[in-house]
Amino acid sequence: MAMKYIEEYRDAGLAKDLIKKIHGVSKKNLRLMEVCGTHTMSIFRHGIRSVLPKTITLLSGPGCPVCVTAQKDIDAFVEFAKLKNVIVTTFGDLIRVPGSRSSLGKEKADGADVRIVYSIFDAVHIAKENKDKDVVFCGVGFETTIPTIAAGILMAIEENLHNFFVYSANKLTPPALAALMETKGVEIDGFILPGHVSVITGTQAYRGTFEKYRMPSVISGFEPIDILNAVLLLIEQNEKGRPALVNAYERAVCDEGNVKAKQIMNQVFEVCPASWRGIGEIPFSGMGLKKEYQAFDAALKFNMNLPDVPEPRGCACGEILMGLKTPEQCSLYKKKCTPMTPVGPCMVSSEGSCAAFYKYS
Amino acid sequence: MTEEKILLDHGSGGKVSHSMFFDLILPIFESPELLKQDDGATLEMGGAKLAFSTDSYVVDPIFFPGGNIGDLAINGTVNDIAMCGAVPQFISVGLILEEGFPVRDLKIILESMATAAKKAGVRIVTGDTKVVPKGKADKIFINTSGIGLILPGVNVSGANAKPGDAVIISGTLADHGITVLSTREGLKFDSDIKTDSAPLNGMVQSILQSGCEVHVLRDPTRGGLGTTLNEIAVQSGVEIVIDEPSLPIRGPVKGTCELLGFDPLYIANEGKLVAFVPEADVGKVLEIMQKNEYGKDAAVIGTVSRKSSGKVFLKTFIGGTRLVDMLTGDQLPRIC
Repeated sequence: MAMKYIEEYRDAGLAKDLIKKIHGVSKKNLRLMEVCGTHTMSIFRHGIRSVLPKTITLLSGPGCPVCVTAQKDIDAFVEFAKLKNVIVTTFGDLIRVPGSRSSLGKEKADGADVRIVYSIFDAVHIAKENKDKDVVFCGVGFETTIPTIAAGILMAIEENLHNFFVYSANKLTPPALAALMETKGVEIDGFILPGHVSVITGTQAYRGTFEKYRMPSVISGFEPIDILNAVLLLIEQNEKGRPALVNAYERAVCDEGNVKAKQIMNQVFEVCPASWRGIGEIPFSGMGLKKEYQAFDAALKFNMNLPDVPEPRGCACGEILMGLKTPEQCSLYKKKCTPMTPVGPCMVSSEGSCAAFYKYS
Repeated sequence: MTEEKILLDHGSGGKVSHSMFFDLILPIFESPELLKQDDGATLEMGGAKLAFSTDSYVVDPIFFPGGNIGDLAINGTVNDIAMCGAVPQFISVGLILEEGFPVRDLKIILESMATAAKKAGVRIVTGDTKVVPKGKADKIFINTSGIGLILPGVNVSGANAKPGDAVIISGTLADHGITVLSTREGLKFDSDIKTDSAPLNGMVQSILQSGCEVHVLRDPTRGGLGTTLNEIAVQSGVEIVIDEPSLPIRGPVKGTCELLGFDPLYIANEGKLVAFVPEADVGKVLEIMQKNEYGKDAAVIGTVSRKSSGKVFLKTFIGGTRLVDMLTGDQLPRIC
């Protein structure tokens, strides 16, 4: 049985044509950043690096939500798990991310009630079934996830639940791109812009940043044909000296994005500053609960406001997320830091660039 | 320093399980048979060559489309013995039951075990039952062990792969793991997938008795094909290259994996085997597999490319190459 909308985008013949074109057009040495962690994984999983010319370097960007989560937020999740009568609900990726002293996985092994959910609605359901306990959801996500978290809170209101709380370490993508452009030493010749995030934000969300920095930018889907096509478009823009903002994922992304999702997101959340791992605080890059929804704020409810802690010594996750270093240039990579003994989240997350390097090369 | 504790990862069959085996279990037991790391031990007793294997089953849920924990426990041990090149004959059954477990469910499970044993041609000859207080175990855990006879001239081991060998899989990948996952609470899909749990001893004997040369037999259960191939690559000191377009995977299984971000290479199978066969015998082995009721979708999926330190690579759809590492962490706990 063929899978529509997947196998066409893995077609060997189409790929061959694109690879040939890329080799034909590419002259300059270019550093292209795939912003999104799902792109990073797809690039490795399909062996895309191995078919590109030596002129093209692909860099992983700050688009893996777990990887950019600040140490203090990870520590907060661990602290929630230590509380009595609290059930911590989280996406699976966070379980093994090391905090300053422990991880959710270790707390779980120690008897804490930590449950992996696939959707925030599962977490709301757990709250409904366990009214004698408080349920905290670890909110770690970009524009793709935040509307669902908002919908979860609205659902909790509808169900009249008073034991459901969200800790919001959510983040927005376009402000991070602007922050990258302002960072000294960052050398990027083009952005492969995230697909899923763009479904929500629409192409228009990047226009301001594009107009300001004139960085070649292509919104791409996640299949190998999508990514090869985006790479080709970015090379062409660079070779011709004509930067453009292109939506090459038109089967899913439109200019205005998902209006309904954005409306729900903006009903419950508002823009605030956010701490990014390795990068530091970026203004207007977070999404905190609005005042009228603060009854659901786990940070307020449990008075969880931990100090920012430096990342573990030697961990280059921050520089890697900005394209300043590759995982192989980190002194801990494959030595102290492996998927079994991760030091930084980039080695744990299924979308982390260090994990991708380790797993696939 | 916090005290080191057992994590779910230790039971994944992947890297963490392996390091526990090498760093903790092996140094304490100091057993040359364990060191071989095959699916079962190969032993000599009174002139006979025997294969001996054990496995515990903790699958959740205990009932799933196409089977239950009972037939899984029989087929799993039958297959582990078969993968040593042996004819499985006698099975032991250890039951650990939770107080309050319905006898009706136990009866269904025991009947499934009897049926599976009959189908595989093995006899359940000894056993044990323990009951623990409610909450101290989850419904039912089953341990099975088995003994089989290795016929003269048979020599298969994970350490026998040689450059030039073709890698053959006996059918579609990831059926069992995705079935259990989709049955689990909270993740219900409408799909027609079911477990592939099946006894493979018949297929193995047909291959071995055909006169074909077979170097390695292994059933890619927990940890999936990716982990199994890594184990063989390390045991034999070879590099294995598999070809993505040739991997047989059912549509609904592929779709579920795509949707949830699982790699079918790391999802458990319970009725599949990989065989490493020299080029000359590939056609014949493939034909024997495809004639067997559990091998209709058998396919050649790769080759042993050369001697090396033990790595596995995948040729992707677009012609790229990437590493297939051993599973790290657990994609799906309690899958078998």
